[in-house]
Amino acid sequence: MFSNAEGKLFQYRNCRILKDHKIYTEDLWVRDGKIVNPEKIFFEEKILADYQIDCKNKILAPGFIETQINGAFGVDFSQEETIVNGGIGKVCKGLLEQGITSFCPTVITSPSLAYKKILPLIKKTKGSKDGAGIIGVHVEGPFISKEKKGAHKEELIQTFDNGFKDVIDMYGDLSNIAIITLAPELHNSQQVIKECVDRGIIVSLGHSMANLTRGEEAIWNGASYVTHLFNAMLPFHHRDPHLVGLLTSNKLPPDTQIYYGIIADGIHTHPAALRIAQRINPKGLVLVTDAIQAMGLPEGKYKFGCQQIEIKDNRATVAGTNTLCGSIVSMDRCVRQLAKSTECGHVLALETASLHPAKVLKISNSKGTLDFDTDADFILLSEDLHVQATFIAGELVWQRSGDVISVISRTD
Amino acid sequence: MKLVILDDYSQVSEWAAKYVRRRIIDFNPGPNRYFTLGLPTGSTPLGMYKKLIEFHKQNLISFRYVKTFNMDEYVGLAQDHLESYHSFMWNNFFKHIDINPENAHILDGNAANLETECVSFEKKIKDAGGIELFIGGIGPDGHIAFNEPGSSLVSRTRVKTLAQDTIIANARFFGGDVSKVPTEALTVGVGTVMDANEVMILITGAHKAFALHKAIEDGINHMWTVSAFQQHPRTIFICDEDATLELKVKTVKYFKSLMHVHNKLKDDPQ
Repeated sequence: MFSNAEGKLFQYRNCRILKDHKIYTEDLWVRDGKIVNPEKIFFEEKILADYQIDCKNKILAPGFIETQINGAFGVDFSQEETIVNGGIGKVCKGLLEQGITSFCPTVITSPSLAYKKILPLIKKTKGSKDGAGIIGVHVEGPFISKEKKGAHKEELIQTFDNGFKDVIDMYGDLSNIAIITLAPELHNSQQVIKECVDRGIIVSLGHSMANLTRGEEAIWNGASYVTHLFNAMLPFHHRDPHLVGLLTSNKLPPDTQIYYGIIADGIHTHPAALRIAQRINPKGLVLVTDAIQAMGLPEGKYKFGCQQIEIKDNRATVAGTNTLCGSIVSMDRCVRQLAKSTECGHVLALETASLHPAKVLKISNSKGTLDFDTDADFILLSEDLHVQATFIAGELVWQRSGDVISVISRTD
Repeated sequence: MKLVILDDYSQVSEWAAKYVRRRIIDFNPGPNRYFTLGLPTGSTPLGMYKKLIEFHKQNLISFRYVKTFNMDEYVGLAQDHLESYHSFMWNNFFKHIDINPENAHILDGNAANLETECVSFEKKIKDAGGIELFIGGIGPDGHIAFNEPGSSLVSRTRVKTLAQDTIIANARFFGGDVSKVPTEALTVGVGTVMDANEVMILITGAHKAFALHKAIEDGINHMWTVSAFQQHPRTIFICDEDATLELKVKTVKYFKSLMHVHNKLKDDPQ
């Protein structure tokens, strides 16, 4: 409908943008894939937009950023055979309709050889009309607690008795890794956390038996994220709140905002638990789907990692058990579920899937907001938070139907 | 001189906006005939801008063939500072209308050579054929633009040091910190405004009542620079009831009796 040509100035009109923690009527201006300051252009360059686009009064919000997704559409990031031959691209493309513009493919506890094969295949890529961008891999395991293994295979779980050397030996090249989930109670974990953080890897605490003190120590050493809060960790107890207690801890470094992933699919986290987390630490809430390859597939049995899983009644379990092994929910549905369950309002609901994950990944200066000079990755939503269109770097990459937007004028 | 007395601020805003609209329509601007408008900033004209934006959204007015010249701008304040007059005009008017950015002129308070900037601003006005309608507000001390009390009544665009009252009054826009308020501004002169074909001054609120009295009932005085327009052949003051508190009953009654005549000036042409 319009080209995304270099140097052209786009003015998205008739929209309600999410900016500075408010939703208000304002135009969004885009050029060369970035959100630009129209005031500066008006007074300094003295030019008008090349294209004006009518957004028909939709909400215009930053694109969603997903930090934990194991797979989708039959592709499992932990199974090499499913990701070769275009498997990664299939997920990248498929996620666009959920409003996801960037994500972290997540690899669960696997043998060393698998990491060494898979990690080099999942490269950091920019988003485009071919699909959402990849920020880096989230390696969930294998340095986790056997007691809190969840759906991970116990015999593959490892310790780092030799410290960071074991981490390198396990994964091989670390350059494609963005996040590592580890259990902070493991021997040498505090040293490993420091080493990871020094290398720019985000450390997330999870699949863990840790008490609160151990969790606080990990935060002091640079950990900043908690993997799917409530799931695969000891439950809140009033005499030791365990990792859940990090949300209200007053023993963290000054001005620390802890972030925690939460699966708001209505199954992995009870709505009341979701409300507790949202009420006590709204700024740290990060929506994750933790979706598995069966997302978008019909009910039945599938291979997940090295295990059989079963999809039935909107749940994914280890076949023959009641153990949950990831969800099959979409990101936009999590946003709606959160808004509905917590009545937190559109602003927070949308920020938990955009601004907050961008902060986790330390990329909020370029993604997760509609601030000037950031990437023009954004979505259009209906009032009830259904995604209508997705844009990456200013380009329309997906739309629900042909009439979501219309070009109202063009200056030739 | 015309004096239009209305009930309150919102009526003043609407009346002024309708008058501006009517003037532009009557002028019948086009690609070879631009309507030139002198514009103020501040809280007084805000309501008028809002109304003009409303009219624009209802397709009742276009600024496609309008050139604007703003009265003033602080010196040394970043252009995108929220309190700069560039930002004011962008946020409260320009971004909502269809004006071509090439036609919107605001003095550059960050120009390398401020004097050259002032001279070139005067020249731009002249090249545009002069100002057709200059709109202004006034301070409680009767200043027009940044022509503080004591300014020459034949002054041109120049650098001006702000009066202490103005700095204190403006501190509310800079977090209440007087030290953050710029102390200088570029401003059109009283003479620059006098050259316009018509001058329209908005005055609202009881705190401006004495200034209105000084503007129209007392003599011409450089301590009340707005009084200079007594010598302008076409000046229209638009005020609310509160602003008339210091006027003579006779003055108020006389102009109120003319309202039916003045109202015709802003209504749609028959």
